Amino acid sequence: MSNAAQESFKTKLGNWALALLTFLIFIGGWEAIVRWLDVPVIILPPPSAILVASWKSFSAGELLFHTAVTMYEVLMGFLLGSICGLLLGFGIALSPLAERIFYPYIIAFQTVPKVAVAPIIVIWFGYGVSSKVIITATIAFFPLLANTIMGLRAAPQDQIDMLVTCTASRWQVFRLVRLPQALPYVFVGLDVAIVLSVIGAIVGEFVGAKAGLGYLILQKNFSFDMPGTFVVLIILSVLGVGLHWIISYLQRRIVFWIDVAGERVTGA
Amino acid sequence: MTMASTPDSASSAASPRNRDDNALVQIADLQMHYRTRDGNDIHALKDVNLKIGESEFVSIVGPSGCGKTTLLRILSGVLARTSGDVTIAGRQLKGPSPEIGVVFQAPILLPWRTVFENVMIPVEVQGRNREQFGARARQLLAMVGLQGFEDKYPSELSGGMQQRVGICRALVHDPSFLLMDEPFGALDAMTRESMNEELQRIWRDSQKTILLVTHSIPEAVYLADRVVVMTPRPGKIVEIIDVDLPRPRLLSMQNTPEFGRFVTAIRRHFNSEGVLDA
Ligand SMILES: Nc1ncnc2c1ncn2[C@@H]1O[C@H](COP(=O)(O)OP(=O)(O)OP(=O)(O)O)[C@@H](O)[C@H]1O
Ligand SMILES: [Mg+2]
Repeated sequence: MSNAAQESFKTKLGNWALALLTFLIFIGGWEAIVRWLDVPVIILPPPSAILVASWKSFSAGELLFHTAVTMYEVLMGFLLGSICGLLLGFGIALSPLAERIFYPYIIAFQTVPKVAVAPIIVIWFGYGVSSKVIITATIAFFPLLANTIMGLRAAPQDQIDMLVTCTASRWQVFRLVRLPQALPYVFVGLDVAIVLSVIGAIVGEFVGAKAGLGYLILQKNFSFDMPGTFVVLIILSVLGVGLHWIISYLQRRIVFWIDVAGERVTGA
Repeated sequence: MTMASTPDSASSAASPRNRDDNALVQIADLQMHYRTRDGNDIHALKDVNLKIGESEFVSIVGPSGCGKTTLLRILSGVLARTSGDVTIAGRQLKGPSPEIGVVFQAPILLPWRTVFENVMIPVEVQGRNREQFGARARQLLAMVGLQGFEDKYPSELSGGMQQRVGICRALVHDPSFLLMDEPFGALDAMTRESMNEELQRIWRDSQKTILLVTHSIPEAVYLADRVVVMTPRPGKIVEIIDVDLPRPRLLSMQNTPEFGRFVTAIRRHFNSEGVLDA
């Protein structure tokens, strides 16, 4: 290992240690304050109670089941919404006619709050997972659409001219420059969409469901099980962070020419 | 498209760099107007007349904004002229041609492609043999001093190195007509001189026709058979100077009085225009 690599390894280790220490102090402080001030569990449960509740919930099998249901809704909705957004984005970016025909409806659709539409969708598609998938898809759709359109129009004119002087066809210009230039934008869209998808699934479950983490939260709330509610909230945020992390990882691998700060590296 | 000479010019082989009606490139009464966003009209090129013979080396000098890039963009087929006749190898210029290679003022590399893949863009676009031209791409990269950088990405290269990659890309498909827009502007003086020698050698060996835009008057004189002097507002040709210095030319020639006379003759135009350049 070179000196510089050794240095960076040390800094990384230090950062991890610092993060862990901060977390432990936070948890410890929380526990101490709740015990010291004698806060009722129904207001704010101590971390220890949450830990116990999560073990109970997990061993009863309910946690895994409801997490799987919500995961399914999030992923299917995300896929459906992103693919639709991506395809329509291509159509609109490539055809001014498609833009004139579809765009007004899309804007109108986007201005309607999805939470307000959710009850209708539940009535149409029932209390099962399909209504949640649809609600999630309507939310994941727009970030992909907007970013795909912007990305496909982002190619610098001089790169296009360079290809045209090499006698490139329209299709070659699209494949060699427009598409790669759109990728960073598409990933921004995916990142926004995946986080919104988690919210979408939970909103759908709040409106009416028979399973899922949103359903579980409502149940715990009705039975005044505060530690149980917290367990679900923690699972949800871990889920969100994990999905975001997967997208970021793919982004760093696929759109490798853009540096971390989001700064464009033009290379020219 | 082949740029093979007609039987006529083949018979006049004694003067291959002719400027008669068989010239490879013929530009007649070329006009270019740009319309800006706010509706203004910019007269970028006015009454440009120029003939370039086969295998001739022509340099263009002129102050910033006199329409040099505009002229090259028209010849490369990406910019439609307002009026005038442009024929290349006897054909009206209508669009880009695989027989033309262009070195741009900026390198314009694609950041997601390695150096080698960037050089191969014309080969890929024109569907040429990858193996044969791949070998040529490596040769060209070695020639401009970029051996070992084939698999690096543009962001890992200095500005001057990127510009040299752009030069290789213009040469890789072996075009017979080369358009170069200030190709050496981003290079240090030493690299620039060796690139000048290299370009002279490429031109001599390959019989290419070259049109080179440069800000450096000595560079223009050193390389060219003729130097075209342009002035701005509106961009037009004020003089075309024959450089009849013997070939092959050595860099040391730049210190001779004969060489100096050409430089002075060109510089005079810019002094009288009140624009001191280079
Ligand atoms: N796309 C455009 N739209 C409007 N005006 C333009 C455009 N491109 C160039 N011009 C104008 O045309 C004139 C000539 O520009 P051009 O780029 O050809 O100059 P140049 O001789 O290459 O200058 P430089 O030496 O600085 O590169 C300038 O006045 C410029 O403002
Ligand atoms: Mg220019």
